[in-house]
Amino acid sequence: MQVKKPTLQKAVCEDTDSGVGFIQPNQLNLTQSTQSTYSTNSVTLSQAIHLNQNLLKQSTPPMLSIHNIVKQYAGHTALSDVSLEVKSGQIFGLLGPNGAGKTSLIRIITQITAPDSGEVYFNGEKLNQSHIDRMGYLPEERGLYKKMEIGEQMIYLARLKGLSRDEATKRLKVWFQKLGMETWWKMKIEELSKGMQQKAQFVATVLHEPDLIILDEPFSGFDPVNAEIIKDEILELNRKGATILFSTHRMESVEELCDSIALINKSKKILDGPIRDIKNSYKNEIYLVEYEGAKVSLNGSAPFEVIEETEGEDNSHTIRLKLKTGTNSNDVLQYLIPKARINMLHEVIPSMNEIFIEHVNKIA
Amino acid sequence: MNKILLIIQREYFTRVRKKSFIIMTMLVPGLFAGMFAVIAYVANDKDQTMHVVTVIDNSGSFKGKFHDEKFIKYAYPNQSIAAAKAALKDEDDLLLNIPANIKDSVQLFARKKSTLALADNIQGQMNDIAMGASLVKAGIDTASLHKVKSNIVIKPTELTAAGEKNTSMGATYALAFSGAVLIYLSLFIYGAQVMRGVIEEKTSRIIEVIVSSVKPFQLMMGKIIGVGLVGLTQFVLWIGLTALISHFVGHSASGVNSALNTFVHNLGSDAGYELGCFLFYWVTGFLFYSALFAAVGSAVDSETETQQFMFPITLPLLFTYILSVSYLFMVPDSPLAFWLSMIPLSAPVAMMVRIPFHVPAWQLAISMCSMIIGFIFTTYVAARIYRVGILMYGKKASYKELAKWFFYKE
Repeated sequence: MQVKKPTLQKAVCEDTDSGVGFIQPNQLNLTQSTQSTYSTNSVTLSQAIHLNQNLLKQSTPPMLSIHNIVKQYAGHTALSDVSLEVKSGQIFGLLGPNGAGKTSLIRIITQITAPDSGEVYFNGEKLNQSHIDRMGYLPEERGLYKKMEIGEQMIYLARLKGLSRDEATKRLKVWFQKLGMETWWKMKIEELSKGMQQKAQFVATVLHEPDLIILDEPFSGFDPVNAEIIKDEILELNRKGATILFSTHRMESVEELCDSIALINKSKKILDGPIRDIKNSYKNEIYLVEYEGAKVSLNGSAPFEVIEETEGEDNSHTIRLKLKTGTNSNDVLQYLIPKARINMLHEVIPSMNEIFIEHVNKIA
Repeated sequence: MNKILLIIQREYFTRVRKKSFIIMTMLVPGLFAGMFAVIAYVANDKDQTMHVVTVIDNSGSFKGKFHDEKFIKYAYPNQSIAAAKAALKDEDDLLLNIPANIKDSVQLFARKKSTLALADNIQGQMNDIAMGASLVKAGIDTASLHKVKSNIVIKPTELTAAGEKNTSMGATYALAFSGAVLIYLSLFIYGAQVMRGVIEEKTSRIIEVIVSSVKPFQLMMGKIIGVGLVGLTQFVLWIGLTALISHFVGHSASGVNSALNTFVHNLGSDAGYELGCFLFYWVTGFLFYSALFAAVGSAVDSETETQQFMFPITLPLLFTYILSVSYLFMVPDSPLAFWLSMIPLSAPVAMMVRIPFHVPAWQLAISMCSMIIGFIFTTYVAARIYRVGILMYGKKASYKELAKWFFYKE
């Protein structure tokens, strides 16, 4: 079944005209390529449903819409023409090597600095002072007042975000109980371990229940147990409706948590989109096959080319192969089954780490 | 605006609740009281032991001519010097050996070292006696000379519109002096507190959390005002506690109390005016300097790095201070004093020196205006450096760098 292309396009155009911000439908958007959903002729049912869901989502404005941000510091460019969009309810990963411009971008979103040019829209409105209270920011460089009692300090930070003293106290009690911090109230930060400080700081970031939570390298400095606790809290906050934007250069957490990502390198955005789409677009028709028995000698009629062949123990062999055009995995099986006993066949999907490194190296 | 109030609150209460603040607040009036007590003690602490000075007069012109005083008695036994030396037993007694020729040196013997005051007394008397003898020798009637000699004491009287007013030169000087010292010290103490607060926020890295909630300018002003209020609180408490202590302790040391009363009395009807001026120059001077201190704090990573930036800030203040307490208060109307009290860098200290000697209203007006313009200017400059500096970690700032920060767009 096919969906008529024009209707979809129209919907997208209308949305754009309404000034809500341009849309990148559920599709990988490579800045260097002109690839777009609408250039493919066949749209499957599942894809159509997916697109419709996305369009539904976009009837509410995106949480964050960033257009052509340029930021220069004396002598170097921190961000050049960066655009991206974080949809409401997403967990969005901002990736890039150190010094790529992630923190610069975050500081623009949190209004610590302003861009030289370009615009940021928060929930459809041009970014302004009133949005500050709707964001929670956990900077990479963390810290709290060392000599101040924790309870008092958390309340102070929450009040700076517009909460009343009573409300802040009430919520803080709930959080302290949840994370087993009840006895910390009267303690000073300098009396806590580093991991405990991080936990306290996380609470300070989310106490005012922000719509957008920005976490810069949230897992650095946590031991595995606390990292897991924080991860669960992040997921729960997300389920309750908070949009999460976090920057990291640790790819494992990205694949685990993020819906979408943007990759920034040397002040430019080089890749963005939903993780699944990015990974799918990077699978190169490469498969891994393991079989038992005598080594299969291949001839020209094989539907694939061997990239790498290794011989394991117990007479097993592993082939890394690339499909020839017009063939699929079934052809591989059909070709191999008469020749050997197949233990395993799976498609090699690149990890985000590989994609990250490939992209960063390509630009370098 | 609400957020600035929150910041002021935090800056104020965290400092006021500190042990060091409470201790300082209690200690200083105690020190003042202690100082007064020591002064009172010193004033009453006269040498109370009886000294007998045995005079062996070989010249013959001093015998019987020394005046006995309350604790110094002179004796003229007919003894040889050796016998007199042997007779000198008491530790507090002395032996004065005057040679035949007065030009030779006079010797003073004692079992223990004689005090300077005692030697001074004897030497003074000897000179008087020798001079009297010379005058008589020259045919001058010393009796009528004594009659002519008078004890002149100047009683300073100020002509004001309201009539004549008795003033005390001492009190005026003391006022000029203490005003300058207090302003100088507190600009340093509280300015440095602002700077330390900024450095603390920067090194503890909380700064980024805070500036994601408030504007850097709000944070800077909140801190400056908060610390300023701490300073004012401390002054009020010091003055109040000192007054209280001297009121209670005063009864036991009436000499001190009357000295203090005279001082306060001499301030007279001008006390309000002087206190007002002090407050104005304290507040504007604090705002002026603490903005600069905040900018310095934002540019460094630790207190040890502040030296290079502190120097140009503290130099004019130190210069004015030294000049004020050594020279300006003697010539409070000189052109140098005038100009120093017009320039905002030096005006808080220089003007406080001049205030007790009455400054023309127009000069005071210009000086005050220049203070206000001055602190608005430094706050503006400091805020521009501050907003960039607080987010620069691990970067050693130079003056060139600071200038660059100033011109950064937001």
